[in-house]
Amino acid sequence: MVFTAFMGALLFALASPAFADGETLRGTLQNQGQPVTGVKITVTSGDGQPVGEATSDAEGKWEVPVPAAGSYQVTLDQATLPTGTVLRLKDRATLTVQVFEGNYRNVLFALASGNADGSGAQPDDGSSASSAFWTRVAQLAFEGLSLGLVIALGALGISLIFGTTGLTNFAHGELLTVGAFAALVLNTTLGLHLLVAAPLAVLISAAFGYGQERFFWGPLRNRKTGLVSMMIISIGVAIFLRYLVLFLFGGENVPYEQYVAQDGIQLGPISTTPKGLIAMGVEIVVLIAVGLALTYTRLGKATRAVSDNPALAASSGINVDRIVRIVWAMGAAVAGLAGIMLGTTQILNFQMGQQVLLLMFAGVTLGGLGTAFGALVGALVVGMFVQISTIWIPPELKTVGALAVLIIVLLVRPQGILGRRERIG
Amino acid sequence: MDWELIFSRALSAGIGTEAVIYALAAIGLNIHFGYTGLLNFGQAGFLAVGAYGLATTITTFGLPFWLGVTVGLVGAVLFALLLGIPTLRLRADYLAIVTIAAAEIVRLVVRSVALRGTFGGTDGLDSFSGDFYALNPYSPGSYGFWLIKFDHRTLWVLTVGWILVAAACAVVYLVMKSPWGRVLKAIREDEDAVRSLGKNVFSYKMQALVFGGVVGSLAGFLFALSRAATQPDLFSTELTFFAYTVLILGGAARVAGPVVGAMIFWLLLILVKTGMEEAVNHQVITFITVNQVGSINYMLVGLGLILLLIYRPQGIFGDKREIALDAR
Repeated sequence: MVFTAFMGALLFALASPAFADGETLRGTLQNQGQPVTGVKITVTSGDGQPVGEATSDAEGKWEVPVPAAGSYQVTLDQATLPTGTVLRLKDRATLTVQVFEGNYRNVLFALASGNADGSGAQPDDGSSASSAFWTRVAQLAFEGLSLGLVIALGALGISLIFGTTGLTNFAHGELLTVGAFAALVLNTTLGLHLLVAAPLAVLISAAFGYGQERFFWGPLRNRKTGLVSMMIISIGVAIFLRYLVLFLFGGENVPYEQYVAQDGIQLGPISTTPKGLIAMGVEIVVLIAVGLALTYTRLGKATRAVSDNPALAASSGINVDRIVRIVWAMGAAVAGLAGIMLGTTQILNFQMGQQVLLLMFAGVTLGGLGTAFGALVGALVVGMFVQISTIWIPPELKTVGALAVLIIVLLVRPQGILGRRERIG
Repeated sequence: MDWELIFSRALSAGIGTEAVIYALAAIGLNIHFGYTGLLNFGQAGFLAVGAYGLATTITTFGLPFWLGVTVGLVGAVLFALLLGIPTLRLRADYLAIVTIAAAEIVRLVVRSVALRGTFGGTDGLDSFSGDFYALNPYSPGSYGFWLIKFDHRTLWVLTVGWILVAAACAVVYLVMKSPWGRVLKAIREDEDAVRSLGKNVFSYKMQALVFGGVVGSLAGFLFALSRAATQPDLFSTELTFFAYTVLILGGAARVAGPVVGAMIFWLLLILVKTGMEEAVNHQVITFITVNQVGSINYMLVGLGLILLLIYRPQGIFGDKREIALDAR
């Protein structure tokens, strides 16, 4: 749980640098998902001068503004911890952290349930460096799989829409955002439980995708609008939708009502949360279902036929317009689901879709533009690569690695892993 | 409501630094998209390379101003080569995806904590514009007429900027009348036909990409110098798409299209923005806050881009037959 909380904090820090003003140290104290209040935190500068102190509030939050960028020591007063709560690592009551200019810095203290005598607190196992390395690889691969599944859900829609209509949809990221925020409205404004709100929001997403095709993209194609035109129009749509969400909901990160903080669970070397596992399970089930539907049902076969050659499909009696509408509805529904999963497990703000759009494109290109199964494989590879690469490169550059690989793939094998040569040139 | 303020700001924006920067960025895009039919979605990357080439050379390495300009220009050429080699042989949408990805790579690299010592992280770089303003011939004070007023520093940026715009327009005009320019236009119309005439299409496309990228880097210089600072998030993908809106509004494949487009775009944008802010501040409009005016502005740009492409893809001056709207 601590690690996922850290990832969340990291994403938040990356996502909203523009809102930070003045250097601040802050954090949230939680034990088993419950806020821990009344804990005293003291901050001293690198040379031991006191800077300030704070006490965690009802939500477990604390914040200490610091005068300038630099190195600070943050100390948690263990005597003020409530009974039954201890530091997971006793010797880590004082942390030395670096604050960068104009940024805030999240400081995390790992708390556990137990008595002051140390029972319940995990001992710091002195395992060898190599086993620690492989633990880290396993953890990152797991997180990569989780990210890859979200990317795959989005990439599937991009790939099918491209296959059937030729449109490279730059507004696909916003389908994630719209799905996630539809669930947010149902969840917070209407007060439905997330388990009810999420399926409804997926339906709304499907209707949104169907409507977009029925009343916008379909008529545009009938007007013989060129593909490049439509690509630029999709950028207009993306900007419009993104800032509509900003207009309606503001620029802050917002949480759903349920499943905000959960107890961590340990699976061998991997630490995760129940919600993370359930999200992955749902994603895998949906991906397999869509894959089976594409392979075995009449509709799926028709979709692949249209994707292969629309004119030939039409001449063999397939209603191409109907297939395209279904593809849009399905693509938007799956993207909306990806948005809700991303919102539950990581972040929920107006830029969330845009932030994964390029990763989705990377997945689609890697797998081969226009092939549904290629998109799945490509997306999983991209997700794993992004996370595992953080072993060697700084985390804030992980997207750069994925995008650089995208460019290299185009150099070496432009048709992608499962693509065919004739589609590309 | 203060109508004088609204019109003063709108008119100043129409000929101000933003208009100049976007005019240059869009002239570069015009060479790519308007004349050659290359769908470059990473113009922001070229501006970033120009701005950071200049700023890093001067601030981080303490080298002279003109060397910084050279580094920016060479950087833009290299960036174009790097983008062109993998993508120019592929279809239009691949170029679009790769250029947008490359522009994001540049932005993420210059804002990274790891390279903070070189590029300054999210805060960016400053104090590199001293030599530029030392060349300023205008004595300190306020210049202007009627509702339009600029201080001496802005006036100097504008003088250099509009000279660059005029020069870029003149070069584009001459080059596009030349045999070289006619080959570019022919590539836009039918690549295979040009290839069958024995022209090296890849090489021509590459030259166009480099040419437009270098013009983009000039916009980057002005962007950095006009603010006397450069931050990574100025060069987000929105910059590229604003430049596309500017280009399509004015008319692609026309010499004056990007310039007129930039002037009208910024005049309208600031007119609407300041107008709405004033209306909110004076309680004429009560259902939105001042913070939301910014998002409405962006929404209008998106809507404008959609409507332009649907109803008037040739913009004000363009010719519909001359615009590369179909992927090959």
